[in-house]
Amino acid sequence: MANKIISQMPLPKSISHKFAARNVLTAKDALSMNEFELMELLDVGFGEVASAIAQISEIVCPPCQTALQLTEERVRDECLGSRLPTRLRGLDDALCGGIPFGVITELVGPSGIGKTQFCLKIALLAALPTSHGGLNGRVIYVDIENKFSSRRMIEIGAKSLPEIFHKEGMAREMAGRILVLRPTSVSEFTDRGQTGPGWRPWERCQGRPCRRDDGSDAAALPWQRPFTFGCVAVTLGILQQIKLSVLEHQVKLLIIDSMAGLILGDLEGDLKIFKQHPLAWHISFIKSLAEFSQIPVIVTNQVRSQCCEEVQYSFQAISKLEAPSNQERVESRLVASLGIHWAHAVTIRLVLEADSGQRFIKVTKSPISPPLAFPFVITSSGISLISDEGIEVKGLVINTIHGQGCSEIFASAGKSLD
Amino acid sequence: MEVSGLPLSASQRAKLASAGYTTLSSLSSISSQHLARDLNVSNEEALQILNVVMRTGRFSDLAGASIVAGAQSAWDMLLEEEHNKHITTSCGDLDKILGGGISCKEVTEIGGIPGIGKTQLGIQLAINVQIPFDYGGLGGKAIYIDTEGSFMAERVFQVAEGCIEDMLKLNVSQLKDLETLKEKMHPNTFLANIFYFRACSYTEQIAVINHLEKFVSEHKDVRIVVIDSVTFHFRQDFEDMALRTRLLSGMASKLMKLAKQFSLAVVILNQVTMKFIDGSFQLTLALGDSWSHACTNRVILYWNGNERHAYIDKSPSLRSQSAPYAVTSKGIRDVVSNCKRIRMM
Repeated sequence: MANKIISQMPLPKSISHKFAARNVLTAKDALSMNEFELMELLDVGFGEVASAIAQISEIVCPPCQTALQLTEERVRDECLGSRLPTRLRGLDDALCGGIPFGVITELVGPSGIGKTQFCLKIALLAALPTSHGGLNGRVIYVDIENKFSSRRMIEIGAKSLPEIFHKEGMAREMAGRILVLRPTSVSEFTDRGQTGPGWRPWERCQGRPCRRDDGSDAAALPWQRPFTFGCVAVTLGILQQIKLSVLEHQVKLLIIDSMAGLILGDLEGDLKIFKQHPLAWHISFIKSLAEFSQIPVIVTNQVRSQCCEEVQYSFQAISKLEAPSNQERVESRLVASLGIHWAHAVTIRLVLEADSGQRFIKVTKSPISPPLAFPFVITSSGISLISDEGIEVKGLVINTIHGQGCSEIFASAGKSLD
Repeated sequence: MEVSGLPLSASQRAKLASAGYTTLSSLSSISSQHLARDLNVSNEEALQILNVVMRTGRFSDLAGASIVAGAQSAWDMLLEEEHNKHITTSCGDLDKILGGGISCKEVTEIGGIPGIGKTQLGIQLAINVQIPFDYGGLGGKAIYIDTEGSFMAERVFQVAEGCIEDMLKLNVSQLKDLETLKEKMHPNTFLANIFYFRACSYTEQIAVINHLEKFVSEHKDVRIVVIDSVTFHFRQDFEDMALRTRLLSGMASKLMKLAKQFSLAVVILNQVTMKFIDGSFQLTLALGDSWSHACTNRVILYWNGNERHAYIDKSPSLRSQSAPYAVTSKGIRDVVSNCKRIRMM
């Protein structure tokens, strides 16, 4: 929409020619200027510019739907599926049927808590034929940290869905649909990226974000400086490849395990220069990917410990000075490794945590679900909820990530496995 | 006032300047034919220029006239403000600090960390604006501009149900028309009155806002515009920060005009960012300092201990105070506790 060509719009000929002559070619160019700038540039009166802008805006403006139409559409699509059930009943109920299409769902938790287990299971579920409640499509699994285990995945499948996996050849077919991308070495990927079919060198243009030739504006590449940092190009390469294959093949689910690994890996190159940009770029890229291909995207995020106290607004700090802090908060807390900017971009955030010997999965951010916590265990068939009745969490606790007691669980779990 | 300050095209200004017309007074007593000859333009164009001059001149002629066109006395404004409608948030404490709810004719910005309930509040307002007159509402319609894709129709349905439930509770005394009411107020009616736009890039976002004026004049009963969130597209893909500031301020002025012109409420949701102030990191709303001037009221949602609170950060008429609110399955509601209070800051 944003890259619509002005000369193809039904504007009065005279002004349309002026736009063309001044190199204001697309709606984006025109709307990036205000009326007075355009008057100056095109040398026409205010009335003409205003009516031209109004006309362009009307054409570019996305279609209006009422919320009722949206619901009806949703119901119509129900047969095609607009959610991917996790088969954890309580969680599915809370999320109105499962992981929604078209948005990013994030898993946050300390290492070893079960994020990868969750991903493995969900990858299998998406690969299942529709008759068994799956999406009957391919899954792209970006495994940054080398944690993907096919054996474990087949085990989960065989234990949790024996009726399917004991059929001849089924395990092979299901596993065959899951494509694992593993950027093991930097150079390998940049090379493949540049020579592979999916590679498109980004155009460099002056002063404004580049437009890509397929017209997908939200995914425009904001890079204008030449790439000297191999690792940034890696991510770029991977994501570009993913985008193309999602469009070309029947990919129904994208999993990135882990997002933090993908981005933090980049940052090691030169932290200062790329402190903000790669994140911004990844966010809009992945979000638009989810949106345009209408597939669920699941990403995992690591945690890091933060020893300073909570970050607050300035007006809160004042009230704090008046009342001297009653407790010393020097102990370290766990926070999600990607900061607040990223947290705004995910639509659903699930926190996996361990608290006093018990694992919990919490719905921390969701436009539909109330803040709920579900206790769970990891068995040979993957994650299973102890109870489908969520515990409603009151207040700030929903945001905290507990890591203590993790080791106890692992020790006991180890014993039980033996 | 100088001719160079007039909203004319560059070539017209140049022609005026080269013909010696540099001030407004030099243009005040001249016929269009005369001007047309001097500037070597058509009579119509000259007339057009003179019209612009006349319109601008009236404003600038402050010294001569005591009553200025377009101005309004403070007393009239007060009277008007008293008639000004508010949209309830469904949370009594929040309404109290907001002076009765979100005010029509004003731009209100609401910001907060992820998961605090910005979208929830946006949806709640889009529903509450439709509460009929008989129930103390505005009986209007809502426009919801979604830039993040976090608008869930299922959730809107739940909130509408909650809202209807509360209205019926108010009305238990008149049992006879309960049934007709129930029919009239189906959640689907509420859903049908929310106009939803999904903007996928900042260009589309600007286009929607430009288009709103026309859209609202076709749908006169729209009483609220919710933008969820203004930030998202402007936070990515931007190299040129000056351009960003320009676009944002242009958008803000359009929204303000819209609010005044159609006496509707504009609610802008914003994200937060970390800022390094005085040697420590603090949270502030995103988009920078110049943006913070754009809205009339600014409300920040934050966690205070285990409660969600709203704090009035900026307002010309309301004092800075905070109040607790809760997000329940029915939507935004009062915090259920025995220690309700409003804290002065």
